[in-house]
Amino acid sequence: MSKIAHSKKIQTINNSKTDQLLLLINKILLSLVVVIVTVPLLYVLLGSFLQPNILVSHGISLNPDHWTIDGYVRIFQDGSIMRGFLNSVLYAGGFTIVSIIFSILAGYALSIDELVGKKAFMIFFLFTMFFNGGLIPTYLLIRELGLINTPWAIILPGAVTVWNIILARTYFKALPNELKEAARIDGASDFMIFIKIILPLAKPIIFVLALFAFIGQWNAYFNAMIYLEDRSLYPLQLVLREILIQNEVQPGMIADQLARAEMQRISEMIKYSSIVVASLPLLIMYPFFQKYFEKGVMVGSLK
Amino acid sequence: MPKDLSSSGNSSVNVLNQIPKKNKKKTELLKYIRKNWILYLFLSPAVLSVLIFNYIPMYGVVIAFKDFSPVRGIMASEWVGFSHFTNFMQSPNFLRIFMNTVQLSAYELLIGFPIPIILALMLNQVRRSGIKKNIQLIIYAPHFISVVVIGGMIFMFLSPAGPLNAILTVFLDRPVAFMSEPNYFRTIFVASGIWQAAGFASIIYVAALSNSDPQLHDAAMIDGASLLQRIWHIDVQVLKPVMAVLFILAVGGIMAVGFEKAYLLQTDMNLPASEVIETYVYKRGLQAADWSFGAAVGLFLSIINLMLLITVNQVVKKLKGESLF
Repeated sequence: MSKIAHSKKIQTINNSKTDQLLLLINKILLSLVVVIVTVPLLYVLLGSFLQPNILVSHGISLNPDHWTIDGYVRIFQDGSIMRGFLNSVLYAGGFTIVSIIFSILAGYALSIDELVGKKAFMIFFLFTMFFNGGLIPTYLLIRELGLINTPWAIILPGAVTVWNIILARTYFKALPNELKEAARIDGASDFMIFIKIILPLAKPIIFVLALFAFIGQWNAYFNAMIYLEDRSLYPLQLVLREILIQNEVQPGMIADQLARAEMQRISEMIKYSSIVVASLPLLIMYPFFQKYFEKGVMVGSLK
Repeated sequence: MPKDLSSSGNSSVNVLNQIPKKNKKKTELLKYIRKNWILYLFLSPAVLSVLIFNYIPMYGVVIAFKDFSPVRGIMASEWVGFSHFTNFMQSPNFLRIFMNTVQLSAYELLIGFPIPIILALMLNQVRRSGIKKNIQLIIYAPHFISVVVIGGMIFMFLSPAGPLNAILTVFLDRPVAFMSEPNYFRTIFVASGIWQAAGFASIIYVAALSNSDPQLHDAAMIDGASLLQRIWHIDVQVLKPVMAVLFILAVGGIMAVGFEKAYLLQTDMNLPASEVIETYVYKRGLQAADWSFGAAVGLFLSIINLMLLITVNQVVKKLKGESLF
């Protein structure tokens, strides 16, 4: 605190006119950045409560006729977004659990200096960062394993990344060795040491890795697109792709509509509200986890 | 092994000493594994998973040199040597797809790499930590939006009836069909990428700056250094090691364009600019079930990536003494 006050004092003494001008420009530019980031988000949020094209033609209209929650009503009536939501929870949750268990265990084993064969294992893992088989051989393998059109095709491949193993290993390496030694002298087995001492200390890294794994899987669509065929298995992102990119209206959303122009209008409205429904949970939650994201990125850079 | 031979030629005593030593080593290893088997158990799920999902596809790459048919399997399919590769490279699409990939990622690197650094330097000048935190919170937000939603937003904003065209009608007499014009594709791709990623990418630089010694700035100020001088001679120097590491990663992955976004943004009309190697692999290899050809094009990409990563790592190692591996 005193350091900051101290440097502030020096600054006020020493700041020249040009420096102050630069700081002012800096403030203006940063405000501009904030505007650029927020305007598209607010546009979609507002648009989801307005009749289509009102924002373009009237701006933020005060006419109550222009406001509607029809888009949201139709989303909840149809159910495909909701089912996608549940599927996504299942896939992202399963993926996260597998990813965490596998990489924490491996990371711990590799953090132990005396582990015989450590180098060979590291090379085995690191090699996958340099070279991979590519899309087609991976797809053929998944098909050969009979995982096509099952949730396992989303949950298993890619759950173990070298990056996560290395992050976990770095974290465990930084823990003081004395903890383990003391427990060992007390006669605890390696397994008990891991469960009783290491794991409770590993909560932050587990949380960080889980956060990144979950969000990554939640927002992904490509694997689901190539591996899943049944629409009932679609995760949220694939349902969104149909609505937003392919312009397909879910049948349950237009059950009552026949006129083409009306369908067009509804499909526009549903685009806005489905973006909000799909994105809002993460956007509301991430500020609570902000410090973990920062921690995660920093742990990553330590390597 | 050759070492043992040469040493045995020198003196027979050595050899006699070595045999029990070796056995001892072996029994020690067994003893070690028996005592620490739990660690190997811990490793086994990850090893197994990587073996199956990473290494088996590497073996599966041999179909790039065969005429793979699912009925015959990998082993029984006929060898065709490099014909898929030559077919790809001689096809009229090759140059276009290759250049699309290179250009798209080069633009993304050239424009996308400096922006988070500049953003971090700017944020570092914000004295009040509350305001700084709030700005950061806002500019991270787009990172949490899925690529499908980003794609959807791009189509919505840039549609002929969308808001951007509504603004442009002030200057132009008819709407611009952004998504069907190949010339706009790269700009749209790179700009939306920056909108989404630059804020979050600045985290690491902001953290590096806040860990730097504030006394350096104090000293420089007393010596009369201007703001720009201090940013250049202190802040930028602090960031250099981080930049080097991230630059290696970025160049190493330069051919790995965000093909998932490119695929979403493709329309029949903008394909001349938006078809990249990986979307081409997907279409030819999976959708058209031309397995071997797709695998060959994919392998072509993997090899370029590998060479890039190794080269850049070597270059930076020589220049800076910084290395990733």
